[in-house]
Amino acid sequence: MSKRFDRYTGTMAPLPIQNVDTDQIIPASYLKVTDRSGLASGLFCRWRYQGGDPEGEPIEDFVLNRPQHQDARILLAGDNFGCGSSREHAPWALVGYGFRAVISTSFADIFRSNALKNGLLVVPVTASVSAALFDAVAANPATEVTIDLEAQTLSLPGGGQAPFEVDPFARRCLLDGTDQLGYLLKQAAAIGAFEAEHPSRLDTRSA
Amino acid sequence: MTSPSTRTLFEKIWRRHLVTAEEQGLPATLFVDLHLVHEVTSPQAFTALAERGLSVRRPDLTLATMDHSTPTDPSIDTARLRVLDPEGSAQLDRLQANCDRHGIPLYAMGDERRGIVHVIGPELGATQPGMTVVCGDSHTSTHGAVGALAFGIGTSEVGHVLATQCLLQHRPNTYEVRVDGRLQEGVVAKDIILAVIAKLGIGGGTGHVFEYTGEAIRALEMEGRMTVCNMSIEGGARAGLIAPDEVTFDYLEGRPMAPSGDDWEAALDDWRSLPTDEGATYDRTTTIDGSALQPMVTYGTNPGMAIPIAGAIPEDHTIEPEKRASFLKALDYMALEPGQQLQGKPVDVVFVGSCTNSRYSDLLAAANVLRGRKVADGLRVLVVPGSDAVKRQAERDGLAQVFVDAGAEWREAGCSMCLAMNGDQLAPGQYAVSTSNRNFEGRQGAGGRTFLASPLTAAASAITGRVTDVREVLS
Ligand code: SF4
Repeated sequence: MSKRFDRYTGTMAPLPIQNVDTDQIIPASYLKVTDRSGLASGLFCRWRYQGGDPEGEPIEDFVLNRPQHQDARILLAGDNFGCGSSREHAPWALVGYGFRAVISTSFADIFRSNALKNGLLVVPVTASVSAALFDAVAANPATEVTIDLEAQTLSLPGGGQAPFEVDPFARRCLLDGTDQLGYLLKQAAAIGAFEAEHPSRLDTRSA
Repeated sequence: MTSPSTRTLFEKIWRRHLVTAEEQGLPATLFVDLHLVHEVTSPQAFTALAERGLSVRRPDLTLATMDHSTPTDPSIDTARLRVLDPEGSAQLDRLQANCDRHGIPLYAMGDERRGIVHVIGPELGATQPGMTVVCGDSHTSTHGAVGALAFGIGTSEVGHVLATQCLLQHRPNTYEVRVDGRLQEGVVAKDIILAVIAKLGIGGGTGHVFEYTGEAIRALEMEGRMTVCNMSIEGGARAGLIAPDEVTFDYLEGRPMAPSGDDWEAALDDWRSLPTDEGATYDRTTTIDGSALQPMVTYGTNPGMAIPIAGAIPEDHTIEPEKRASFLKALDYMALEPGQQLQGKPVDVVFVGSCTNSRYSDLLAAANVLRGRKVADGLRVLVVPGSDAVKRQAERDGLAQVFVDAGAEWREAGCSMCLAMNGDQLAPGQYAVSTSNRNFEGRQGAGGRTFLASPLTAAASAITGRVTDVREVLS
């Protein structure tokens, strides 16, 4: 799974629902895996299949089942995307399906942090940009946008660019394809010094 | 801005744990005092360690339990679970193997200390004031009730903490949630937090840490404080804090992992310095009149969609236009109408449990309503203690018998019907009054419909088989 992101151009799958929680992105019945695989089929499965199960018939009306959005690798979502459970299975499922980025007016904190660690870029936009994108996709599903992480811009369908914010450190890691654990491990000496200065009152092995 | 000499509780804890401060776009490195681990969000983190040949830096600050996928049906033992749920069983085995390998204390099936991770942390005295506590679980905010900075993390971060005992973090903003006044009879901690979330919205706390203050919060016992802090995440805040006070210290003293002797005295001195200084300010503040609160119940598919129990679901024209489609989608899922009253709505299941409301005082509150009464005909009532210790105490004190006599099911400790992954779940279309924390679509079982409420409301509804105001049952 590539954790790199620099620039991506493509179409969008519109999901104009607010407060999409991580239980909808991937239900708890999928959380029994001990690796990261096999989650793509469970992505949005409650909305995607009859009976909420990949064994069921696809629900035609759901965005991921509409022919015109089959190739979309950018999810255009409603406000407060990814709220609820901290399960990293949510970005794993989105990435497993093939999504490269999610555009929304806001993201829940834990989801944002999880997504950025898995090469899934979260692109926060203003309400007016969001509305314009939903309108553009409704008018023409083949509408493409370009997300440029280096420049931190989103190209808009009618021309023009919308700047977006991203945590500078996560941005650097995504552009370089490096992971955050490596950065932390390099701080071993500082961590050791901190531990020496702050002896713990707790020992979990004591009870 | 807070002047340098006055700090909030959050700022004090944050500063104490900085290995390196935030600078020039680089996040702070924050030391973690306690890392709680469970079977569902840890296997991939241990794999990440194995792939890099890393060991667990501080097993002595790590504690693992089995709670999410464990069965609560007393007739299912480990051997039967292997047959009934091979995947869940394999996940439990994996946690056991990972903990064995790294020397992490684990409370496995059958261990007397086992329970829901957010119930056992405080119960054992492992979560203490001034600490940083993390877990791969969003309800880690619960531990903020003792005055610890506690928040949920993803599995990548679980790996970070296992390997380095640290996390990369940006400093969140602070948000004072002040609840003044005295609660009315029949109004409890769960109603406070449901009212807070209804007011602020489920994204209202995003980017912030809540600190709950005010007379109504101070008057809560520890377990009520845990209920409030538990659902901070449902308001979008990763953490919720309550300043430690005598209630906190009385609760902690003598618990197995709490300091003792001279260490206890030293700890007390330290903990007394934690509360927010006079004159310190928060980035945001909101105030709620606790004396005006009513028992709350949710009607929709997120915890912010809550109303006073005697109230009605909002009319759709009162909802902001851009939110109307989501509002109607939620009501469609719930098979409810705008303007409808919830009180009197028949339900199929009542669930008393979860890390929000499965502690002894929650069970006692429910038992006091149910004592000498029967659950309604045809209604399924599950009472699931949050830990083995809670279960034993409830059995010793006769609470379990009250539930059994009333016709409820008395189960083994675990997450149970809070999330549908251990065999306890709603059938499609069923309605439940639940003391848990999430009413998301399908959270308690595909097609299941959840009304979140307090243990008092749940117990009252168990008697009538309908959404019921406890004050009517008790009067
Ligand atoms: S009881 Fe529910 S919310 Fe709490 S830890 Fe378990 S599954 Fe999560």
